[in-house]
Amino acid sequence: MALLNARNLVVLATFALLALAPAYAAWVETPFYLDLGRRMMILAIGALSLNLIMGFGGMISFGHAVYIGIGAYTVGICAFHEVTSGFVQWPLALAISAAVALVFGVISLRTRGVYFIMITLALAQMTFYLGISLDQYGGDDGLTVYAPSDFAGLIDVDDDLSFYYVVFVLLALCLWFSQRLIRSRFGMVLQGARQNEGRMEAIGVPVFRYKLTAFVIAGTMAGLAGALLANHTDFVNPEMAHWTRSGDLIIMVLLGGMGSIAGPIVGAAAFLLLEELLSGVTEYWQVIFGPFLILVVLYARGGILGFLSRKDGGDG
Amino acid sequence: MVTWTLVFEQLLNGVQFGVLLFLLAAGLTLIFGIMDLMNLAHGSLYMLGAYIAATVTHWTDSFLIGLVAALPATLVIGIVVEVLVLRALYRRGHLDQVLATFGLILFFNESVRLIWGPAGIQVPLPDFLNGSVDLFGVPYPMYRVTVIVAGLAVAGFLYWLVVKTRLGMLIRAGASNREMVAALGIDIKLVFTLVFGLGAALAGLAGALVGPIRSVGIGMGENVLILTLVVIVIGGIGSIRGAFVGALLIGVIEILGRAFLSTLFELVLPSNAAETAGPAVASMLIYILMAGVLFFRPQGLFPARTG
Repeated sequence: MALLNARNLVVLATFALLALAPAYAAWVETPFYLDLGRRMMILAIGALSLNLIMGFGGMISFGHAVYIGIGAYTVGICAFHEVTSGFVQWPLALAISAAVALVFGVISLRTRGVYFIMITLALAQMTFYLGISLDQYGGDDGLTVYAPSDFAGLIDVDDDLSFYYVVFVLLALCLWFSQRLIRSRFGMVLQGARQNEGRMEAIGVPVFRYKLTAFVIAGTMAGLAGALLANHTDFVNPEMAHWTRSGDLIIMVLLGGMGSIAGPIVGAAAFLLLEELLSGVTEYWQVIFGPFLILVVLYARGGILGFLSRKDGGDG
Repeated sequence: MVTWTLVFEQLLNGVQFGVLLFLLAAGLTLIFGIMDLMNLAHGSLYMLGAYIAATVTHWTDSFLIGLVAALPATLVIGIVVEVLVLRALYRRGHLDQVLATFGLILFFNESVRLIWGPAGIQVPLPDFLNGSVDLFGVPYPMYRVTVIVAGLAVAGFLYWLVVKTRLGMLIRAGASNREMVAALGIDIKLVFTLVFGLGAALAGLAGALVGPIRSVGIGMGENVLILTLVVIVIGGIGSIRGAFVGALLIGVIEILGRAFLSTLFELVLPSNAAETAGPAVASMLIYILMAGVLFFRPQGLFPARTG
């Protein structure tokens, strides 16, 4: 497989655009582009993590936004209690997301197929209602994060530009990590289990443990996206964990191309761009986006990257 | 103070809610069981039924005409959706089905916002149902009694349809082996379309009935969809009996939990802790139940297919 095929070029171009977006935003004096780019990258981390379990592990989680919500709420609640150090907030966000993913994983991974989709959906909805019932932290209305995460002067998350590049670097790290993970022995077992779980069991692989580990890794990475999102919006609410947000993440993965490691990044960018463009056309943009999504599902299953690699005659 | 009257009243509310859930769950579980299709847009049909019934009720000043209009309308919408979109999805994986029907939700929600605007609609209670009946010495709203009776009647009708009629036989046969039924010369596609239309009309009926109880609004489909999914998962996908038992169970637990859990907690917890924990646990109760059922019986309480 050539290094510079259409597929890799799109990924490189996406990264190049994201790297240059702040300069462009400054040039046209539209700080909104900075904001948009940062949101793209944060959601890209979320979609990337979902793709690890969905694209490579065959686990269709319809509750992945939960971990974004938990990461965000951890930062929000820490800030509320005046614990603003990022060195405390962010590791805590990761740890709690991981712990919740472990518990939810143990419960939901006992089921298969459509039951798995439903139980992850139900657990997500449960968490959503838990967030609503947290009256102390704003309940339904959410919680404003007045102080950004504080990294003792090393990084200034409050500065739009430096936060932008923090997210950029973290996204690149997550991509690198995903690539390493999927190509490792662990990743091979995961993909083998997706294709034929029984056979993997038969050759002596404890599939459940592998899937659970992948589930926890994905949850943790989504928790990171959540911690970033709380700093991005300066606000957290239960809506972040709503099941339709999980649906959005699945759409991003699908748009980019499921099963390609960097696909979700392109997918997240495409999703937010579409949202921007369509909502510029009409306030009722989902009237267009809904049927568009159906058409993508029916006729363009490989997503953007899948389409490009087909043209390449690549490995799909 | 919790009295017997209050408990009885809330129990009936739970049954009434359960009956509504059954109307939704029956269609969804049939669609699921027979066509192996995960249809997230089922809640949208419920919403459309509610909006159509509300609009016709306001036009004609007659709740009954509104109710009757909603049925064929949702039936036709259901059939159109089945033919245009879902037919292409039967042979696809669940992920494709989930995404395409998620697209349908977005489309229907936004269409409703476009047509009816973002504000909800109130549906006045029809005069002849606007009273209360005396049930074992407890006065209970006439309308809710009607909903319970109507729901039970539909349950009876479905039982008759599935167990006693030729169509029901085809439905059951299709659920256990689609290819074999098709090979025997039955137009299974037509059966699918009919079942989908029937499920859509039942969802529309539930939506039309709920109008006078809760206000009709845009996210109503999604909230009830999740509850319906919980019902059919607990009951066992594909099983009407499971849907019935699951719906009543969820309806009663949901309503009783919200009504009495705080009081129950006060017996063992300090009252301010109970006031916080009560509503939180109540809203999570059915999901915990579902996780529990799936943990011990991954196929639900009444698995439709054995083996």
